[in-house]
Amino acid sequence: MKITTDEVKYVAALARLDLGHEEAEAMTGQLDRILAYIDTLNELDTSQVEPTTHAISVINAFREDELQESLPRELALVNGPDQNGEAFVVPRII
Amino acid sequence: MDLHTLTIHQLHERLDRGEVTSVEATEAVFGRIDQVEGKVGAYITLNRTEAMVQAEAADQRRAAGDGGALCGIPLGLKDIVCTKGLKTTCGSKILESFVPPYDATVVKKLKDAGAVIIGKLSMDEFAMGSSNETCAFGTPKNPWDLAHICGGSSGGSAAALAADECIAAIGSDTGGSIRQPASHCGVVGMKPTYGRVSRYGLLAYASSLDQLGPMTKDVRDCTLMLQTMSGYDPRDSTSVNCPVPDYSAALTQGVKGLKVGVPKEYFGEGLDSEVEQAVRSGIRLLEEAGAEICQVSLPHTDYGVAAYYIIAPAEASSNLARYDGVRFGYRHQEAESLLDLYCKSRSGGFGSEVKRRIMIGTYALSSGYYDAYYKKALQVRTLIVQDFLEAFKQCDVLVSPVSPFPAWRIGEKIDDPLSMYLSDVLTIPSNLAGVPCMSVPCGFSGAGLPIGLQIQAAHFAEEKILQVAAVLENELGVVGKKPSLV
Repeated sequence: MKITTDEVKYVAALARLDLGHEEAEAMTGQLDRILAYIDTLNELDTSQVEPTTHAISVINAFREDELQESLPRELALVNGPDQNGEAFVVPRII
Repeated sequence: MDLHTLTIHQLHERLDRGEVTSVEATEAVFGRIDQVEGKVGAYITLNRTEAMVQAEAADQRRAAGDGGALCGIPLGLKDIVCTKGLKTTCGSKILESFVPPYDATVVKKLKDAGAVIIGKLSMDEFAMGSSNETCAFGTPKNPWDLAHICGGSSGGSAAALAADECIAAIGSDTGGSIRQPASHCGVVGMKPTYGRVSRYGLLAYASSLDQLGPMTKDVRDCTLMLQTMSGYDPRDSTSVNCPVPDYSAALTQGVKGLKVGVPKEYFGEGLDSEVEQAVRSGIRLLEEAGAEICQVSLPHTDYGVAAYYIIAPAEASSNLARYDGVRFGYRHQEAESLLDLYCKSRSGGFGSEVKRRIMIGTYALSSGYYDAYYKKALQVRTLIVQDFLEAFKQCDVLVSPVSPFPAWRIGEKIDDPLSMYLSDVLTIPSNLAGVPCMSVPCGFSGAGLPIGLQIQAAHFAEEKILQVAAVLENELGVVGKKPSLV
């Protein structure tokens, strides 16, 4: 086994997902098969190979530090499931 | 006249000559939607009222002598680009009621060109899927055979085109999501070079792989859409600042002397014999038209899927962290704490394929596994990039199948994620390498399902792809065939 149900539950917590027990068990089997397949990468010796994060690298996409138009607050808030006109509202944390 | 069946350039000519108006064309498209959408299910949201206003404005613009190629043309947009004031769901319950306060750069460009936005097209949830079955709002059907998938993730775009429910469309492609549905529905679809088209306002799946592109009824239309969509955008830090050529010039250049590489790894085990036959006959036609055919090898092709299913989920797990029920999207109403709010909103809002990919990505990036999975995948990505660089020293374009088999039956692979992933083996490498690529129709299976041919070229060599596609289209006569839906 590449991954256990306990590990799946741990990773789910990292990902902020609540998986029920049945969902976690089904996920374990699926992830196990997928990770076993991904292990085929180990057939390749990459010890001397640099990683590629972007196929086309753009270096330093800078711009002048000038004031530009941005989304007004009313519009930025408009899709908030709970907002008070000034900020997004969430359950009390302190 | 059936205006909805026209291509962009055909409709443009009629609009220019004053034979029809954009209002008439737009009404014809909505008429077609009313007639066939119940069977096809290509759209998530229709933009009826606003589209008619846009069509009237386009007619006025044209009357004032200001009508370009896309002015007054009814388009469908994959529901992954932000459209100001028009619901954008990304195929997910978590964005079921999201109405963006701004337009994606590509949408702004199309609107500025006078295009009419018919509606938002169905897609796999967050573009994660190869069959459009992961969409939270129903699965569009393949207009050529309603029991079959239309492909994914830009399945709605391909199905709408094949069913004449729009004149042209846009899609997005992270591992084949434009080309594979285009292949399965018998339409043209291009993924431009990474960085050619701005991603600003494109809902991110895997940012180093995502690219928007045109999906059209023929190759000329593809050039017209690409011309408008392309170009540097300061709002996308990965968009590339290099000049946009006149793509239509490529259409008449022919393929005489062009070196066409046939990568042997793309014709391996598991390739359907009808697909192989159709693609090989396309290659013969290119040879007869004067192209030089050569065999090439991209030895790491088979490792593309494994590398992709680390890299794309890793990027997705980070990109999709923003869906937490706070600033937009679905919020679970019975949360006891902030953490509980995040977990319940995400678990209730995301479908199972999205959760699966977030899990793979989170696992691969988690402490202790980073080097074994994520770094390893990025190193293999380098080998795949090098394969392409070597191949393009020997040839101008690569020609191959798009999908190893024609569209499968709805439901056939949905319970087997790995077999679904493996179906993208021939399209994923181009995303990892960032090269431009296209699917152009090249034939039909015995059962009457379309088969596409894939053309790939070096970075920013879209014109060479268009040269080859134009010749194939002329010689094959496949484009223009329609499914009998009614």
